[in-house]
Amino acid sequence: MNFTVPDFTPALPEIFVLGMTCLILLSDSLFKDRGWNYPLTIFTLVVAAAITVLTSVPQIQFTFSGQFVDDAMADVLKLVAYFSTLAVVIYSRPYLLERGLLKGEFFVLVLFALLGMMVMISANHFISLYIGLELLSLSLYALVALQRDSAQATEAAMKYFVLGALASGFLLYGMSLLYGLTGTLELPAMAQILQAGVQNEMVLVFGLVFLIAGLGFKLGVAPFHMWVPDIYQGAPSAVTLFVGSAPKLAAFAITMRLLVDGLHPQVENWQGMLAVMAVLSLAIGNLAAIMQTNIKRMLAYSTISHMGFLLLGIMSGTFAGYTAGMFYVIAYVLMSLGSFGLVVYLSRNGLEAENLDDFRGLNSRNPWLAALMAILMFSMAGLPPFVGFYAKLAILQSLVGAGFVWLAVVAVMFSLIGAFYYLRVVKVLYFDTPKADAPIYTAIPDVQALLSINGLAVLMLGIMPQPLITLCTYAMQMTLQ
Amino acid sequence: MIEGIGLLSLAIWVPIAAGVLILITGGDKNADGQRTLALLGSVLGFLVTLPLWTGFDNASAAMQFVEVAEWVPAYNIHYRLGVDGISMLFVLLNSFTTILVVLAGWAVIKVRTGQYMAAFLIQSGLLNGVFVALDGMLFYVFFEAMLIPLYLIIGMWGGPNRVYAAIKFFLYTLLGSLLMLVSLVYLYFQSGGSFEILAWHRVPLTMVAQTLLFIAFFFAFAVKVPMWPVHTWLPDAHVEAPTGGSVVLAAITLKVGAYGFLRFILPILPDASREYAYVIIALSLIAVVYIGLVALVQSDMKKLIAYSSIAHMGFVTLGFFLFNPLGIEGGLVQMISHGFISAAMFLCVGVMYDRVHSRQIADYGGVANTMPRFAAFFMLFAMANAGLPGTSGFVGEFMVILGAVQVNFWWAFLAATTLIFGAAYTLWMYKRVVFGAIGNEHVAEMKDIDSREFVVLGLLAVCVLGMGLYPLPFTEVMHTSVENLLAHVAHSKLAY
Repeated sequence: MNFTVPDFTPALPEIFVLGMTCLILLSDSLFKDRGWNYPLTIFTLVVAAAITVLTSVPQIQFTFSGQFVDDAMADVLKLVAYFSTLAVVIYSRPYLLERGLLKGEFFVLVLFALLGMMVMISANHFISLYIGLELLSLSLYALVALQRDSAQATEAAMKYFVLGALASGFLLYGMSLLYGLTGTLELPAMAQILQAGVQNEMVLVFGLVFLIAGLGFKLGVAPFHMWVPDIYQGAPSAVTLFVGSAPKLAAFAITMRLLVDGLHPQVENWQGMLAVMAVLSLAIGNLAAIMQTNIKRMLAYSTISHMGFLLLGIMSGTFAGYTAGMFYVIAYVLMSLGSFGLVVYLSRNGLEAENLDDFRGLNSRNPWLAALMAILMFSMAGLPPFVGFYAKLAILQSLVGAGFVWLAVVAVMFSLIGAFYYLRVVKVLYFDTPKADAPIYTAIPDVQALLSINGLAVLMLGIMPQPLITLCTYAMQMTLQ
Repeated sequence: MIEGIGLLSLAIWVPIAAGVLILITGGDKNADGQRTLALLGSVLGFLVTLPLWTGFDNASAAMQFVEVAEWVPAYNIHYRLGVDGISMLFVLLNSFTTILVVLAGWAVIKVRTGQYMAAFLIQSGLLNGVFVALDGMLFYVFFEAMLIPLYLIIGMWGGPNRVYAAIKFFLYTLLGSLLMLVSLVYLYFQSGGSFEILAWHRVPLTMVAQTLLFIAFFFAFAVKVPMWPVHTWLPDAHVEAPTGGSVVLAAITLKVGAYGFLRFILPILPDASREYAYVIIALSLIAVVYIGLVALVQSDMKKLIAYSSIAHMGFVTLGFFLFNPLGIEGGLVQMISHGFISAAMFLCVGVMYDRVHSRQIADYGGVANTMPRFAAFFMLFAMANAGLPGTSGFVGEFMVILGAVQVNFWWAFLAATTLIFGAAYTLWMYKRVVFGAIGNEHVAEMKDIDSREFVVLGLLAVCVLGMGLYPLPFTEVMHTSVENLLAHVAHSKLAY
């Protein structure tokens, strides 16, 4: 058996992140001075971004015998993932420091999770996809349990682990059925075989159902959404910030890889399933969010509804729909980072700013932070001139363009219901008077600066959405050529 | 015309820029500077709209002062602005009202003054955007975005039940506009990938499509107007909003709904409009008669004026769906006139509220004894609200009634009852509040209006009388555009 060295350049960012993560792990255990973890992590993210940009080529590159793919979609999603991980690290530092959680483990686990996401984003093969997914999931389970003396966090971690493992099982079972049917684990090859037609349609659809159930778990869409609110609420806010942002990019990527790259010939079969899941998510997410008084839990339900919206884009099965989906997920990650970032930022002096009450009258205490939060809430509600509006518009366009006008009507009706609880947050911020013991927030310069950039980006991309749309369109064109 | 940036852009962005500037200046310790800045911004915002009228070509039905720039090329969305005879006056009305609102809130708003002023200025810019946008999506962006400042205004500076009113107002209007959003996207595909409103005027549509679009657009605009039976948010919003909020709400935002009928429903869906005109006319007549009666029994002055607004707006929609020039021009004149009168009425209530802190009719009586100058102004505006000849309130109503007679005598008859009901509820309220012996010690302590209030009410009095005595400058502006619109509506879109 002859052995050829594979081309490493497409996977250079992954290799770099892996090396640096190991380095941080080592330096954390060898040296007394833990101060290096933070700058090293930031260095890793910035350099990884540089490598990704520099090694980016317009063509699709395969390596590791077709296990790994590097295309424009992967590059763009990875860049957003670096940015969001960077934001997570910066936002959560004061929070973790105050609670004594700022240990090497946090950085290492976050970076391993990032690596898992990168592998998922670039997966071209069931095996690499699964490895990436497990790397991400295992890191996240541990992160949720980071605050080990908190019963709530431990419970959340256990729930997450059990349900996550179950979902992985579903996914694997679906994969094995498809493998049995097509004899390949490589996604493009599978698409070719399916295009030619298979004998046993029944087994194929059966496998597809399991696959989609697994994906549904990872995306957190109804009816596989049960874990989302508990984990979002139970985990320390800084970890919720992470769980709620970057992994959505990876979940979007594997959905695209599996359903569009691998199973596109089966589009009629998965379309219906996605439509049902999307509508259920919109209904459950938006209706359940109304009743929440804990803002983390409310945002968890709002995530479910956002993921439902995202699925609608993929469901339309058109190029416009995939582009809209990508636009939506990037916009969502920006909004989610900002809003959870503010929750983390306001949780100070031993106080968790978790309940809506903690935000009362923020406008009279700190008008700028209140304005940022209001921008993010209006954006999530899908109002112009914020980026959330264009994300929704793009999805609606793709739905109407593909002939699903009624789904578009259903979607906007649920976003009307959704508008209520976002408005309620704005009401709490602006209309209510603050509690007597409400703290005055002094600025932490680096965090506040990045939060401001984050919030203003949501506004600016709403006024000038074209650059992001161009980027997503380009990435999809290069990927699906 | 200034090179590079057009007048319409200035009309939108000058107030918004002023608003942002005020927000930057910080908290309440700069309140005086913020007030001055707000006044400067609103006056400047009004001045840049004046050339629109002086430079307007009355003989042309085409869009004027057009500006086009690419905005979101991916969806073919353009920054496309322009005014015709239908929309031009509303830009002026809106910019003018902003000055009044800034003056009205000058001394009354003591907390978060900067945010208050900024919200109104930004709101004013967004409203101008609604009236001048010629791209469907640009229109929608302004149409939705203007909800945000108004929501904050009602919720932050409103009365005791303000949260309920603000959320109700927001959700009600959002319900309508979200259906419109889907319709806009649908029209985009029907027209081969364009959001240009004028291009939509020529897109052929089947009757089924027109009917569905009619329902969606109707909801969006009927909620804004508001038409019976989707009017229930308005009394709540008006009662709870601060004076300035009520003024903007009544004088301008209600007009957005009616404007939408003329810009979208009539020209884009002519066949559906003719087919379902009887529905609109029936709803309008219900608004005129039934809501008129409802106004009669109100004990809260603001609520009374709110119901009277709904009745007056019923006249507007009635006029639009008569499909004759008198009806549509009458409706437009009524909109402008109602902009002046309702603003004046709310300001009058605001003047009294600032002194006694009550809106209940029963808490007043004999105000004329302590505030004679104010009572004179209030008298004029009450008469105008009742449609007295010589005031602007008469012109629009008379034109609509004349237009209705041409079509159906009984419609005209029912519409004309407003002259009775209007007089009844307005003058009865006026009598109870202003005449008679001094009702209580609060009224006895009331001071007459100061010079700032005198200026505000005086300006409005000039407008109301001017428009009532010599309405030609207003009607000649709209005439050509209305004729053009009617020619368009008469042309079926089904024949293709």
